[in-house]
Amino acid sequence: MTALAQTRSWEPFAWPLLTAALLLLLWHFGVRQSGTDVFPSPLEVQRGTAELIRGDLLWRYIGDSLRRVAAGYLAAASVGIPCGLLLGWYPAAAQVANPVIQMLRPISPIAWIPVAIVLFGISDLAAIYLIFLAAFFPIVVSTMDGVRNVPSMYRRAGRNFGLSPAGLIARVILPAALPRMLVGLRIALGIAWLVVVAAEMIASDSGLGYLVIDARNSGKRYDLVVAAMLMIGLTGLAMDLAFRQAEKLKSIRWGFRDAH
Amino acid sequence: MSPLLRVGSVARLSRLGSVAFVAVLLVVWHVAITLQESPILPGPLAVASGLIELFTQGLLLKYVVASLFRVTWGFLAAAVLAIPVGLTIGWYRRAEMAFNPLIQVLRPISPLAWIPIAILWFGVGDMAAIFLIFLASFLPLTVTAMNAVAGIPEVYLNAGRNFGLRPAHIVTRVLYPAVTPQLILGLRITIGIAWLVVVAAEMIAVNSGLGFLIVDARNAGNRYDLVVAGMVMIGLIGLLLDLGIRSLERIPSVSWGYSDD
Amino acid sequence: MISAAAQRGSAPNPNAFKTKLRADHISMVFGRGPDSVHVLDDISLEVDEGEFVCLLGPSGCGKSTMLNVVAGFLSPTRGQVRIDGELVSGPDRRRIFVFQERGVFPWLTVEGNIGFGLSALAESDRRQRVAHYVELVGLKGFEKAYPRELSGGMKQRVEVARALAVNPDMLFLDEPFGALDSITRLIMRVELLRIWGAERKTIVFVTHDIDEAVQLADRVIVMSARPARIQRIVDIDIPHPRDISSLKYLGLRDGILQAIGLAHKV
Repeated sequence: MTALAQTRSWEPFAWPLLTAALLLLLWHFGVRQSGTDVFPSPLEVQRGTAELIRGDLLWRYIGDSLRRVAAGYLAAASVGIPCGLLLGWYPAAAQVANPVIQMLRPISPIAWIPVAIVLFGISDLAAIYLIFLAAFFPIVVSTMDGVRNVPSMYRRAGRNFGLSPAGLIARVILPAALPRMLVGLRIALGIAWLVVVAAEMIASDSGLGYLVIDARNSGKRYDLVVAAMLMIGLTGLAMDLAFRQAEKLKSIRWGFRDAH
Repeated sequence: MSPLLRVGSVARLSRLGSVAFVAVLLVVWHVAITLQESPILPGPLAVASGLIELFTQGLLLKYVVASLFRVTWGFLAAAVLAIPVGLTIGWYRRAEMAFNPLIQVLRPISPLAWIPIAILWFGVGDMAAIFLIFLASFLPLTVTAMNAVAGIPEVYLNAGRNFGLRPAHIVTRVLYPAVTPQLILGLRITIGIAWLVVVAAEMIAVNSGLGFLIVDARNAGNRYDLVVAGMVMIGLIGLLLDLGIRSLERIPSVSWGYSDD
Repeated sequence: MISAAAQRGSAPNPNAFKTKLRADHISMVFGRGPDSVHVLDDISLEVDEGEFVCLLGPSGCGKSTMLNVVAGFLSPTRGQVRIDGELVSGPDRRRIFVFQERGVFPWLTVEGNIGFGLSALAESDRRQRVAHYVELVGLKGFEKAYPRELSGGMKQRVEVARALAVNPDMLFLDEPFGALDSITRLIMRVELLRIWGAERKTIVFVTHDIDEAVQLADRVIVMSARPARIQRIVDIDIPHPRDISSLKYLGLRDGILQAIGLAHKV
């Protein structure tokens, strides 16, 4: 926020690299100093990652996790967006449904796990079901929010030009609501990613979350545990960045105050 | 289409509507269960009696307190650290450059993925759970504080400087009040996250609390009525926590930051 | 431009006495019982084909409400509106409303906005029409720009072009220049008259600015404060371009000032 001096163009790269380097050094020497034989050093993590890649496990597990996310997330979107549209269009419906939404929201998808296991057993479906539950609410709420906030002026203009209700939704409401919807969709994706990892820790036998638990349980391979955690972080970040690129499109960027 | 509908009657109608909606859902649930004859999934009556059973056994209170205890400590510790750190990082552009990529990489890692490490460092017990909640709350609060600082309108800071305030006073008399609404919003969202995580953490890493109740009730005898009773309690308490923090929004020196909901 | 002015001032308009819009005894009441608000009180007016009529009155007096009623966005509590003899029961493509705050769609380019109502046309026809109106409103070169990249005046032009592109019979403008700075406002008035000269539509224009009304309109309908009634109808029979320092102009303007009861000295 303070503009001490204009930052040079190399600074946005130099500073984080410096921080990362310091962190790695601290980590490395921390492990050395404490003399632990369990907690991994950065080198061991790197070697563990290489091992996973060689054994073909890493890409397979990342694929498994992404697959589940895709299934649950797309299901949540295809149900959630129409629901949100409905609730945003009819404010009476929203007022009725709102307390129910507020009550169901805090119930952790994790708490639904027993129900999931009962219904689906230890399987992909259990994880997908949990992801669906977790992503559903943010998508509904942000779609509802986006639709409600479409200025009535745009709706009137649409009617003025003789659009049918379907045409109105497709050519005015959805484009106008899209910025907010995208933010909700991005957040929902982030939540889905968190949940898939958690779900895999309990209710699956493959995937990055499973890897975290399995690496510890079968041999205290903490180097693989940390490697898995890093992969989780990087994959999640990649997805988030990809989404933000969509938000930069000109036909969407208008909805955000500062063009980030 | 009258734009001057009485506000009071609309509110009353919607409250009736939501109560009716909930009642309908309960009835549907009950009917579905009786029709299905599933010995596993419980109906609303079974859940209610399960709740009463837990309450009379004294377990309900004990577990609720255990969960709340962990959430409170983890969350407070995170808030006390994250807010100043976040405000500082948000203020100094170079600090933001330095730390933001690290934060962005750590954010997508589910707190639960830290469980093995938490158990390694703290063993199975309260500390591990509190650590997980701390982790779950720290990053979101830091990011909230960073964004809050970045969002302060330049005019406020200029006014502060214009009136000759010393830097320390600009922080206390301009910056802090200006970021508070957004901070409270962040606290609200994060307490929700913390509550989610405590339940999950308890399912895996400890032996008391509502999360543990859910896992235990299932393992020790398939008491799904207790499982759902636990879920209901979780939902209720989550709602109460949310309402609690929302009440902070009504303080006049803060409520300017919120448009009419 | 000159020929349009000459036509305006001298040659008789064959449509001049054909009634385009007719509002009969329009009353508008919001709310019920003791909380009800009488916004419009028994207003009747007629607009001829090709006329430029201004509804003038202080803010909040109900002139926007009146405009919404004749455009079909509001149903009056009493009375009816007929356009070309047909009862008005809702918004219609033949009568386009141009909004107060700029109603251009931010997710579409200038081209996209202007072509918005033309989806029924063939691709090449649409492109042709859009190009014509882009040029007419003076936005050539900005076809691919998004509204956020344009100034307020430019956005207003986009909206006018969008309205004209569907070839409506009537245009309703609700204080369209209200959010612009006063210099841009003067420029936009000249532009509007130029465009109107090129494509003669029947226009009903709402404003609270007396000078604006006298500069633009053929007739000014002065409305009182709420509950609104027609206070006075003033014919502005000065040919365009109007000299805003001429005695005739000032006389008409002062007449309206007095009718509203405003002080003459500041």
